[in-house]
Parts: sequence; structure tokens; C-alpha cells
Amino acid sequence: MINPYLPYPIRIDDIIVESEDRSLKTFKFVFLDPKDEEKFSYQAGQFAEISIPGQGEIPIGLASSPVEKGFIAFTINRAGKVTSHLHNMKVGDILGVRGPLGNPYPWDTMKGKNLLFIGGGFAFTTLRSSVVYLLHPDNRDKYGAIDVVYGSRSPGMLLYLDELKAWEARDDINMHITVDGTDDPDWKYNVGFVPPVAEEKAPKSEGDTYAIVCGPPIMIKFTLPVLEKLGYDHDHIILSLENRMKCGIGMCGRCGIGEQLVCKDGPVFTLAEVNNTPKEF
Amino acid sequence: MRILQIDKKDWSAGLEKSRKDYTLIGPVKEGNNVSKFKELAAGEEPDFSITTTTMSPKSVVFPQSEVMFTFTTDSASADCNIMKVPEKSYSPRAVIGIRPFDAVAMKIVKMNFDTPDYQDPYWCDAYAACTFIGLAITDPEACDFSTSTGTGPFDTSGLDVLLVDAGDYYLAEVVTDKGDSWIQSASFDQEADAESVEILHSMRKEAKKKIESTVEFANIDKKETLDLYNEKYWDSISFPCLNCGTCTYVCPTCWCFDIQDEMAHKNGRRMKNWDSCMFPNFTIHTTGHNPRNTKLMRVRQRFMHKLKYHQSKYNMGIMCVGCGRCVTSCPVNIDIREVCKQMNS
Repeated sequence: MINPYLPYPIRIDDIIVESEDRSLKTFKFVFLDPKDEEKFSYQAGQFAEISIPGQGEIPIGLASSPVEKGFIAFTINRAGKVTSHLHNMKVGDILGVRGPLGNPYPWDTMKGKNLLFIGGGFAFTTLRSSVVYLLHPDNRDKYGAIDVVYGSRSPGMLLYLDELKAWEARDDINMHITVDGTDDPDWKYNVGFVPPVAEEKAPKSEGDTYAIVCGPPIMIKFTLPVLEKLGYDHDHIILSLENRMKCGIGMCGRCGIGEQLVCKDGPVFTLAEVNNTPKEF
Repeated sequence: MRILQIDKKDWSAGLEKSRKDYTLIGPVKEGNNVSKFKELAAGEEPDFSITTTTMSPKSVVFPQSEVMFTFTTDSASADCNIMKVPEKSYSPRAVIGIRPFDAVAMKIVKMNFDTPDYQDPYWCDAYAACTFIGLAITDPEACDFSTSTGTGPFDTSGLDVLLVDAGDYYLAEVVTDKGDSWIQSASFDQEADAESVEILHSMRKEAKKKIESTVEFANIDKKETLDLYNEKYWDSISFPCLNCGTCTYVCPTCWCFDIQDEMAHKNGRRMKNWDSCMFPNFTIHTTGHNPRNTKLMRVRQRFMHKLKYHQSKYNMGIMCVGCGRCVTSCPVNIDIREVCKQMNS
């Protein structure tokens, strides 16, 4: 019997400070046993439990993409006990990972469709994983137009800035980068909150576009009416939920919203599905 | 399968004999009027005078605290930060005197820990190691409503052997091959005569009749989740609740747990501990946001899970066997039968 609680040992291979306030760092991990990397075969939208002995475990969405081999990466906000400890670890340190866990975004259902990604703040991680997957030559032809609306408080708080700029220069993806505000006179992208920028720049649905929305609750609250205005049906709006988790495999009971467990039945749900739950998240 | 007759004067000797093949576990009384299932020391016998133990026997396969892994954080060690599975014994254990509804509860909990996608090895290995030698309930307690939850005082569906106390002797209905192995290990071999079998049947009828407390839940399944969720009665139901968690701890079907790391210097262990949906910490996020931040929400979660969510998820009835423990243990007299009635009405 496979022990689903037993983490694969991993080593910190690289640490990248992502934000000007240093609250966000991307950790690149390599598996101590290359066979574990094969077992850890994932799709964009899934998460994993990062396990630090003596500290505990945390569920974090995968920021690396299935098309990137040899490592896995997570962008982590310093917030609680485990993340604070992790922020103080260094390259070469050993820890563990369990996963991949949960369901990915519905890549098969979305084949042939246009995709609109709306992200805010540091919730852009699994969206980054998705975009890198989609832009890979093996996958780009399988999907229609791709639009990305991504915003943060300030330019210095945007994740993956170099990649964003590289995507901006491509003609097979429409980028709509925005910040709440900036005093940088050379800032050449949008200024404004995500929902109004989405209203102005995002494509209408016309039934053939899926919107994947990840961000802080306040952004989601004001983005959903915008999507409705743009004609998106509730079963074409895809959300990734978060709740307190421990096991990550649907057993410990705490992440339930009604009969759905965020860890195992989610974390990816359509808005139509979410509307049928008591929304305890 | 066969039915045996065990003379009570042969009982102790048979139990002792079976110890060569099995660890024996059974109900015992402890201090403060608390009774529970535990490993029986040499010469110790299960106490059949207890009808419903204070604590359910779920701990036999799901201990209140269990070591999942051990590890060291000593950087001088080659195994620094690597989790190790501790040695555990899953040799055969006979659970003597488990009541039929508690064995059914084990099967309900199995749906959570033994799934097509993942298996909790601690729970599954412990469950597989068990042979359940049940004891029929001939004198049901006032809060027993097991006949209306799909089980009952003589239900064999979760058992390997059902014992029935027939006065000077036990009748033993062998339900599974696993049960037969224990019977053989204990060298019980006297087949029951036709008259005794008749006695068993009439005692079964008699015991069922004695259970007067019932619940009905057919309508709950038909109602919309959100309609039930938004009912006004949750306010009055939850009003007296202290969120003490006793109901979840005594319940044979409550399976929620926590995972915690414990450290002593550089040596650590990762623990699986019972948890409870009655506690605010169960759901609180790192940000301080708590999706179930009121007592009402937590009380509602427990009853909705047991009486609605479980049924709509698995279509296998409610997540309650009618043992009555939460009713008798609740310090403020919250009664699941009354809650069920309101939800069903």
C-alpha cells in the first residue's frame, strides 16, 4: 500500500525573490530520487503539500509547468509558521513534497476554446503554470485565443516580470498587465484595478471562451459581475478555491464546503458548482 | 454459516486459547465512569455488562493520537529532514464484544479512509488486522435508535461473529471465514441445536422491539442542500452548544483529524490526532479569515455532514448508526434525533 502521507524528499535548488517587499519568493526544488519526479507527474492547476519536518505542511499551487522538466517550483507568500520558516531556508536544504494533489484546470474540456486568464496579486502562480503550458509548441495549436489580465498593487509586486514582458512581445497571446498605481513615469502598461481593466480589455464570451479566475476574494467579488456582463456562463467561469487543509487527499475533513472537499473534489470548480455549495471558504 | 453454542464456563478458557493467535481487545470500565475499548492484559476479560461504551471502539483502528512518521532535524545526520515510517504491528487482533452498530460505524468510516484514489495505510492496515467478535444487544439503552439508521441490535453486517448472551451460554453466529478462524483458534466447536437457533431468532425480534427511539431522514435526502443550510432553526439548535467537541470524540463515525509535528530537541514525529469540526481552529486560515467563524456554522456543519452531505456524496444513508452516545454525552442536551426531525419535517 502506498503511503499518501509520505513526502518525497526534495532539495532547494534555487530561491528567487519575486516582490519588492520580499514577501514572495519562488522556490525551485529538485527531487533527491529522480524516480520520484516521474511519480510526481502533474498538470497546471494542481497543488502539492510542502512538508517541512518539525514545522508542518502547507498546500501550495504549482507555479512550474508540466512542460518544464527537472524541477518543480512554487511561489510562496511569507504568512504563517511553515512559510516563514521556508523563507529562511537556503539553497541545498532538504524538505519534502506530497502530490500532485487536487484536480487541474479542465484542459480536455477547454480544448479548441479561447481562454481568458484573470489573476490578481500572488494568486498568479497556477496561471503562470497554465500559460507556460499553453505557449509550448506542442500545445499552442490545441487552444484558441489566449488573453491574460493580471494585476498587482505596484510594478514591484508583479510576479514573473521578465516572463510577462516576453509574453507581451508575442503575437499568440494578448497580455493586459495592470497595477493599482505607480509613480514610474516609464510604466507603459495599464493602471487600474483588475475588474475594470478586464471589463475594458477582456474578450466577450460568445460561448466559446473559458475564464479562469485566481485572485484575492475582493478581486473575485468584483470580477464575477464583469464576466457576466461579458457574457460568460457560470459553467464557463473557473475558480480555484482555497481552504485550510491538512491531508490534501480528502480524508481529514476540514476543507469541506458542503459535500465538496476543496482538496480532492477541487480546488478547481466552475462558478456553477460553487453556487451550489454553502460557500464556506 | 454455522451457529455454535458456547457454555459460559468454557468462555474464559476459549478466550485465553485465542491469545496465541490474536491480541484481544474489548470493552473495559475505567475511572470516572468512563468505559472504552482497549487491549486486554493477560487474564483480563471484556466487560459484557457495558452496553454502550462511553468512547466508541473507533480508536481500535483510528487511535486518538498516532505516530505517522519519525524524523531528525539534525543537519549532522545523513537522514536529516527525511520522514521515516515507524515500525508498527498489524498482527491479528480480535475485538471482542463490539456492538453491532459500532461495527457498522467502522464500515462507514472505511468509505473515508479506503477510497479508490487513496488509502490511509494506518487505518486500512489496522482495520484489516481486526476480527470483529460482536455482542448482540439484548437490553438496548434508552438513547439507542439504531434500528432506524439501517442497523440494529443483532445486525451482523459489520461483524465476523455475532455472540448472543442466552443465559448460561452464548450463541455464536459465525458470519465470515475470518470469524470462523477465531472460533477455531478458541476451540469452540459445539454446534447449536435447532432449539437454540430458534431462541436466537426470537431474541433478535424481542431486542428490536425494545428499541422505541427512532429517526426519519427520507425527506432530508429530497431537500436541497442550500435550503436546509439556510433554515432558521440552526439558531435555536446551536444556541446552547458550548463547542466542546464531546459529540465528535464519542462518535463512532466522526473521522476528522489533524496532522501535527511534535519536536523534542532535534527529534521529531509527525502525529495524526483526532480533530473536531466544533473547534474554530479546525478551519481558520493563516490570514485569520475563518470560513466557519460562528458556533452556528460549526454546529450546522456537524449535522449537515452527518445527515445530508454524506448521503448526497455516497448515496449510502446517513453518517450515523444511532448509538446514542452524542445524546447521552452532550453537556447541554443537544439531541441529534430532534435535529434530524426538524431537518426531515
